[in-house]
This record gives sequence, structure tokens and C-alpha cells, in this order.
Amino acid sequence: MLSVSWLLIALPLLSFFVLMLAGRRADAWGHWAGVGVSGATAVIGIVAFFEMIGRSASDRAESVHLFTWFSGGEFHLDAGLLLDPLSLTFVLLITVVGTLIHVYSVAYMEHDPRRRMFFAYLNLFIGAMLLLVTADSYLLLFVGWEGVGLASYLLIGFWNHKPEFASAANKAFIVNRIGDMGLILAMALMFAHFGSVTFAGVFAGAGSASPAVLTGIGLMLLLAATGKSAQFPLQSWLGDAMAGPTPVSALIHAATMVTAGVYLVVRSGVIFDGAPDARLVVAIVGAITLIMGALIGSAKDDIKKALAASTMSQIGYMMLAAGLGPIGYVFAIFHLVTHGFFKAGMFLGAGSVMHGMNDQVNMRRYGALRSAMVITWVTFGFGWLAILGVPPFSGYWSKDKIIEVAFIGEGWQPWVFGLTALIGAGITAFYMSRLFFMTFHGKQRWTDGQHPHESSLLMTVPMMILAAGSALIGAILGIGNRFQHWLEPVTGAHGPGEPVLAVPVLTTLTLLLVAAGVALAYWMYLRKPVPIEPPPASLAVLAARNDMFQDSVNRAVFQLPGTHLTRTLVYADATLVDGAVNKQASGIAAFGEATRRFQSGRVRSYSLLMLLGFVVIAAILVMGG
Amino acid sequence: MSPINFVYLASVLFAIGAAAVLLRRNAIIAFMGVELMLNAANLTLVSFSRMQGYLEGQVMAFFVMVVAAAEVVVGLAIIITVFRSRQTISLDEPTELKG
Repeated sequence: MLSVSWLLIALPLLSFFVLMLAGRRADAWGHWAGVGVSGATAVIGIVAFFEMIGRSASDRAESVHLFTWFSGGEFHLDAGLLLDPLSLTFVLLITVVGTLIHVYSVAYMEHDPRRRMFFAYLNLFIGAMLLLVTADSYLLLFVGWEGVGLASYLLIGFWNHKPEFASAANKAFIVNRIGDMGLILAMALMFAHFGSVTFAGVFAGAGSASPAVLTGIGLMLLLAATGKSAQFPLQSWLGDAMAGPTPVSALIHAATMVTAGVYLVVRSGVIFDGAPDARLVVAIVGAITLIMGALIGSAKDDIKKALAASTMSQIGYMMLAAGLGPIGYVFAIFHLVTHGFFKAGMFLGAGSVMHGMNDQVNMRRYGALRSAMVITWVTFGFGWLAILGVPPFSGYWSKDKIIEVAFIGEGWQPWVFGLTALIGAGITAFYMSRLFFMTFHGKQRWTDGQHPHESSLLMTVPMMILAAGSALIGAILGIGNRFQHWLEPVTGAHGPGEPVLAVPVLTTLTLLLVAAGVALAYWMYLRKPVPIEPPPASLAVLAARNDMFQDSVNRAVFQLPGTHLTRTLVYADATLVDGAVNKQASGIAAFGEATRRFQSGRVRSYSLLMLLGFVVIAAILVMGG
Repeated sequence: MSPINFVYLASVLFAIGAAAVLLRRNAIIAFMGVELMLNAANLTLVSFSRMQGYLEGQVMAFFVMVVAAAEVVVGLAIIITVFRSRQTISLDEPTELKG
């Protein structure tokens, strides 16, 4: 199956084109075609996985040459795929979770007249993401990178008849383009210094490159990753992106788009290994985003935006781990996988709640949904326990490991990063419990006329499967360090580092903080009644409610200077450059207008001029002579 | 009598000729002005030739006469042509060459 892995990309793209071209004729079967194609990619992925696992560890990388993409002068680039444990991990996550989301969408989008197009876009998304993770060169990766950008734009703005939804799609697209500049610049640097943009070529050259070059490339790659993965300072698009249909949010947040940044950093591990400074910046960005996302999540009343902030924060964990170097790569990906399951499950749960509550997203209008939606409550509860890191749910296996490795190192780093990760776990427990309690427990705060009801099986079965994954996947992969050994061919083996605090102490501290977070949420949102109107808030809470004023900051720091700069330039251009040129032109025109009068056509005035000219020349000759 | 007086006379003649060309509208009169200027030039050439003791100036004067004769032929032809088409020999009437 490895040799036909190109089908992973070709099938979704084919389905996309068929669904787009078939038009209304595909309305009856288009969604099932989308599900079928997604399922087929999952089958290919799973078979390929078993084929790979049957090989010895040293042989677990397969290059699939597709065709010569272009060649000019000494530069050749083949379009080729690279299948190794890292890309296969992503393939499995994307296709399996993606297929569940496809199935769920069949019911969720049932009443949408453009459901066919929705599935076309979903397939485009899956195809582009699979291209991103299986490409064997940065340039081909970039094609997938832009593909998911396009697909996310189409999906976030799927209901673009509402202007604010359309502008959310624009925002996601534009902020991502800023990050993409980083990837383009990184590729330019690679090409300039290594003469290659394939993974093999770049990593071979990276060994002998100077740290300055590698740091430059690393920082540019990080910029790209911050855009795609909604990390500080390019995270502002993620909350707005909730405007898209909920399955899209699940897909973006769990399996695709936002994970691409983590993939890029881990895939470029060789570069970051040679550039410790760039790697430190990765860890710092991760740590900032981790806390920032958690704080924003604690203040949001919109269930989807709270989950979005949570994603930002969890991706922050992954970036932090990736920034710690080889010791953290494997746990970054591990957390990415477990997060893929529990976050997708919770997003689908949120969609199910909205489905039953007439698209109400304000958690202050929920409450006591437990009895009305038992399946949603249970499946969401599994995700909740998983993200909290309660053993033996999956988050425990991955997040605690990240906290552990964050405490490994020398000097100030383990204390800062470790404590950040530790405190982040406490805040995570608080805001996720807040979300859970406000939605499913307490008194009912629905508006009259709402009749919450459980969703259909098409929606709940994917949720159940994801809930099972949330419960089990961590233990399956974590016990015996199976996941670590699986990824070893890519991330390399490394000796177990020694955290500055003993592991049992760390585990106890984490669990204590988590318990404290849950208790605080219990006390604030379950014991005390939840007001329907948000209570007046302190400055800190206001800041969190407004995404830390990210939009205003961006406007003040990036937009206004740019606006003023362009206005100044336009003014300078109009007055100085254009002014000088125009003045010159009008001066010449005036001179021409004046001299035109001498051309009267009168012979006698011509002869007078000749005479005068002669006199002048004669005078000059006499005076000078 | 000093030959320089011929030069003065030539200057006066030239000025009269130039004035005739510049001031008179009648093409024939202007033409006569041109002839007067040419003769003034001839007189100058001969005078200087005499003063310097060389013959070149005298020879040049013959050339000028030949050129003047040719010029008269061409000029009169132009004047007659203009008169035929416009019934006037005023120099100010035809201004088609205006830019």
C-alpha cells in the first residue's frame, strides 16, 4: 500500500473536482461520496501502517517518486512522497478522525442546501493536509500548506451570506498568509545555502551549515508554524474561525490545519537541532500561547470559542515540547494524537449541543443538559477527563510527559518552562470544568421554546468512537513507550533525561493542580448559580474575554504604522516625485507654448530673427575674438 | 580717400537693404532690399580686397553676383507663383508655414 500512497492525495482531490463539477446532480449522493473517499483514504492509511510496522525499525521510511516536477539548469525537483512513522502517524490521525467528522457532517449539514459543496471542501481539506504531511520536500509541503489554507478559507466562510462569517474567513486567510511568508523565506534561505528544498537535501546540508543560517531558517519556519497553528503572535484568527460549521472546527482543531505547525517544527528537527536559539524561541512561543490560550478559555462564554482557546493552549503545549528538542518531539506528536481524539470528540459534542439547542452557543444559556442529551454528556465527559489529564485517560499519558520533559534541562529553563506547563494544566482543568459544568450541569437556563434533544446516531456514533479513543489511545500508545519507539526512526533515540523535580512529585503536583482547578470551577459555576448576563468583570477578565485585545494590538502595532507609512509615501510620491516630474513637464509645455508664438509663418519676422541671430553671433565673435 | 569709407558706405547700404526687407510688405521691394544687401556685401569684399592687397575678395564678389543672379531667377519665380495663386505680392498674407 505504500507504493500507491499517492491515492491518499489523488482520491480526495478527484472527489473534490467531481463534486464541484457535478453540480446539483450530486445533491443526492455527494455527501456519501465524500464519506466514501475519506473512508477509503483511512483504509489505505491503516493498511500502509500495518505494512510499515511489519518492517524492521531501520527500514521504516519509504520514498515514493511520483514524477519530475520541474527541472531547470542544475536544479531538479521531483514530486515525491515520504512515508515514515511521523507522516504515517499524521495520515492515520487525519484520515480516521477526518472520516468520523465526515460521517457526523452528513447529519449535521442535513438541512443545508449546499451540503454537496461542503463535502467537496472537506475532501479538499483532507487531500491538502495529506499532501502536506506526506510531501518529501518543503516546496511540495508548501502546496499542501496553501491547500489547507484555501480549504479552511472556503469552510470557515461556508455560511458567507453573513458578513461577519465571511470576514472571519478572510481573517484566517490573511493571518495565515503572514505566516506563509515565513515558509517562503525559509525555503529561499534553504535554496540559497543548500541548493535544495527536499528534506533529504536540506538535512544533509544542515550538518555543515553555520548556526546563523540555521537560526534564520528556524525562525522563519517558526513564523510559518505560528500562523498555521494559531500561536502567539498570530493566534487571533482562530477564535473568529468558529464562524464555520462545527464539523469544520473539529477538523481544523483536531486533525488538520493547526497541527501543521507542530508537524513542520518536528519534521525540521535537524534544522532546529543546529539552531538552539531558534529552538528556544519555539519553546517560549509555545509557553506564552499555552498560558494565553488557557486564560482566554477561562473567560469565554461561547462554547466553541472556549474550545478554540483550549486548542490554542494545547497546541502551545506541543510547541513547547517541540522547542525542547529531540527529547520533546515525540511527546509533542503524542499529545497531538491524543488531542486529536479528545478535541474532535468535544467539538462534535459541542455541535451536538448546538444542534439540540437551535444553534445557541452561549453557555450561560445552557445548563442541565445532562438528562436531555445523555450520549453527548458521556462522550463529552470522556473528552473532558482526557484533556484534564486524569489517569488513565489519554491526556494523562501525553500531557504529563510534556510537563515532565519541560522540567528537564539546565539553568532557568526547566523552572520557567516546567512551571508554565504545570500551571497551564491547572488553568486547563479550571476552564474545561467550567465549560463542562455550565453546559451539562446546574440549573437549566434555556430560553422558552427550546427543547434540547439527543442527536441522531449518525452524529453520536462518531462521538462515541472518539470518546473511546479519548479514553484508550493514550494508554495504548503510552504503555511501554510504544509511541516513542515507533517514532524513533524519525526523532532519534535519546537517553531519558532527569527532571529537576522527581517524576512522582511532578505527577502528584499536576494532579493536585488539576483537582484544584476542577474544585474552583465546581465552586464558581456549580455551587453558585450562573448568571445569564455576564457579570461585570475586572480588567484581567475583560482582557481575556477580548482575546487579550489581540485584534487591537495587531491594529496598533502592525496595521496603523503600515497605514501611516503608506499614506506618507503616497503623499511624498504625489508632491515630491510626481510633483517634480509634473512641474518639469509643465515647464517644458510652457516653454513650448511661448516659443510657438515665434512660428508665425510671416517671412519678415523670420528674417528679423535671422538678422538678430546674426547680430548676436557677430557680437559674440567680436567681443570674444 | 581712404578705402575704409567704402566699408562705411557698404554698412549703410546693408542697413537700408535690411530695413527694406524687414519693413516693406511688398515682395518686390523686399527683393530689392535683398539685392541691396548683396551689393553691400560685394562692396565690402572689394574694399577689403583692395585694403589687403589680395585678389580673393574681388573673385568672391563675382561669385556673389552669380549667386545673386541665380537667386533672382528663383525668387522671382516664387513671387510670380505666389501672385498667381493668391493675387497678392504681400509678404504677410501667406502664413501657411506657421507651426
